[in-house]
Amino acid sequence: MSSPEPPSAPSRLHEAAVALAMYLGCIVVALFISAVIVSATGGSWQAVFSALLDGSLRAQGRWGETIGIAIPLVVVALGTAINSRAGLVNIGQEGQLMMGAAFAAYVGVRMAGFGPLAVVCLLLAGILGGAIWAGIASGLLYWRRVPEVLTTLLLITVASQATGYGLKVEWLLLAPFREDRSVRNQVSEQLADDTRLPRLDLWGNDFPISAVAVVIMAAVVLVLFRRSVWGFRMKMLGRNSRTAQRAGVSSVRYGTWAMLISGGCAGLAGAFMFSGGDFGNYRFTPGFSNNIGWEGLLVALVARQHPVGIVVMAFSFAGLRAGSGFLAATGVEREISQVVQALLVLALLVPPALLFIRERRRALAATRART
Amino acid sequence: MGDFASAVGDVVSNDVSYSGAMRFAALLAFAALGETIAERAGTLNVSLEGMVLGGAFAGALGMHLTSSVSAGLVFATVIGLVVAALQANMSHRLTANQFVVGLALNTLVLGVASFLNTSIQPVSRAAHRLAIPVVSDIPLVGGAFFNQPWPLYLVYPLVPLTWWLLYRTRWGLEVRAVGENPQSADVSGIDVNKRRRQSIYIAGLTSGLGGGYLVLGQVGRFEDAIVGGQGFIAIAAVIFGGWTLRGVIGGCVLFGTVNSFRLTLPTVGHELNSELLSAAPFVVTIVTVAFFAHRTHEPSALARPFVRGLT
Repeated sequence: MSSPEPPSAPSRLHEAAVALAMYLGCIVVALFISAVIVSATGGSWQAVFSALLDGSLRAQGRWGETIGIAIPLVVVALGTAINSRAGLVNIGQEGQLMMGAAFAAYVGVRMAGFGPLAVVCLLLAGILGGAIWAGIASGLLYWRRVPEVLTTLLLITVASQATGYGLKVEWLLLAPFREDRSVRNQVSEQLADDTRLPRLDLWGNDFPISAVAVVIMAAVVLVLFRRSVWGFRMKMLGRNSRTAQRAGVSSVRYGTWAMLISGGCAGLAGAFMFSGGDFGNYRFTPGFSNNIGWEGLLVALVARQHPVGIVVMAFSFAGLRAGSGFLAATGVEREISQVVQALLVLALLVPPALLFIRERRRALAATRART
Repeated sequence: MGDFASAVGDVVSNDVSYSGAMRFAALLAFAALGETIAERAGTLNVSLEGMVLGGAFAGALGMHLTSSVSAGLVFATVIGLVVAALQANMSHRLTANQFVVGLALNTLVLGVASFLNTSIQPVSRAAHRLAIPVVSDIPLVGGAFFNQPWPLYLVYPLVPLTWWLLYRTRWGLEVRAVGENPQSADVSGIDVNKRRRQSIYIAGLTSGLGGGYLVLGQVGRFEDAIVGGQGFIAIAAVIFGGWTLRGVIGGCVLFGTVNSFRLTLPTVGHELNSELLSAAPFVVTIVTVAFFAHRTHEPSALARPFVRGLT
């Protein structure tokens, strides 16, 4: 058999151009399909996209809203990036976020009048809540070999039911009954003015100060991944746990840390949501998490765990969410923003997968040529 | 505690609670049977929720267009299959992360279904009850099993069919091999990702049918929140059942019973904490998986993608 020429590696510039073209092509296809769905039901797709842009960026004060929604998404996604790097699959952010928000609500409401100290305690409580919830999963993983995928998934429902129960009894979360309050079950006390996160105001756009913290967190994670021994060990563990074990990286120790940090991040996101004011008006309610946990997980996985990508993706997801509020004026149902989002996610999955397959083919061809 | 016992007594002696439990269990079983096959092949199929929801909407739409329940069920199955095709080809042909694909599909189906629901507003109604003579007269449980809307009966043949497919055919053996050790399966000439795709198609078929049953056999008309996380409960039932058919059916019955228990309790005049009651099956599942690990064994390659040459 005549061995074929081993394919020469194309230039990096060419590779990048191909990847960029693929991404753009896939995004265009996704937007095109959404436009077809809108037109097929008698709506105007130009009006829909314009409303989405107005609602997320162009209208007065809207990009502040978008940032407010992006904050918890980035925090959840950064945590997810850490556990994915260590090769662990945590899909229970929704529950961890719920627990974090509940813990934050418990502490925050009781510490009214303490000012900034209360805010710090509230955020720490949020981290603790999320970390406990993820800790159960990692404990069962290393103690009883229960796959963390299953426990984190199952614990979501347990978290939402547990917090729902907490909202039914006054010694946990339920606001004490008052005459002036309209009768509404299952709602927590509102967070006092002095224990809320301060809000920044930039050209008429206001958003909580946690936005700054989030950018710093993303930078820290980036440095940890690129430049730290700890990040390298995590990566080693994720790529090949046996090699990591041989090199002295304890999978129990590093894996547990990865899970705790991941859960803590989700919990912190919940605390940010509760004390930031963009969600639920400083009150904790059932269904408070509002799918942010699931979306944060999606952000991390679509951005392929890269901190910069995470910030960009989270901002776009938040933009779609904020923009959907402006759809009512166009007469098109606001669910179309979900459709656009899901199609974009699916579209963004295609290019890396195709590139990966191409690379595998090339590698296999090269091995075949050598033997 | 005595209170609890009397509450249980009241519910157990009430035949309404049995037929309610059966109706919830049937929906879970439709979805869980397919999911069992998919998980045995190594996919933790998160898009189950979307498949059921898609099936439910398609069922309502089919009924709206043809005003026939059977046509609605066919529509439901087809849409379940379409969602499955997306999941299967994205995750086991393109090798994209199966959770991202599943979650995105759930959002997509929910968005499209509720979008189309408001613009089309399909008119549908529940199928008629079909009492099977003699057996439906058995006291307490007879009505639950044999006096139900007729689409529910489709779940009965599905159980032995799944068993036969998974344990008595070469295809089933290959599916189990693929979920247990894909590298060995690949070396012995099985197309790993093809078997995984096919197993997801089966999950799409059964859960689409389940969605059709939900809208045409139980609720009568489509609403956005009609599935309400029951797809995820079905996944939990599969885990609870330890990936064996007997266990999965047991899990569906248990979860369905708890669900109807929660709804029947207030009608027979008892207050019980509904949150703790709905969380209980999940806690029980985690505990069983954790402490009876020697009896339950998950497919070793569950949720791990297969790419030839990479371990």
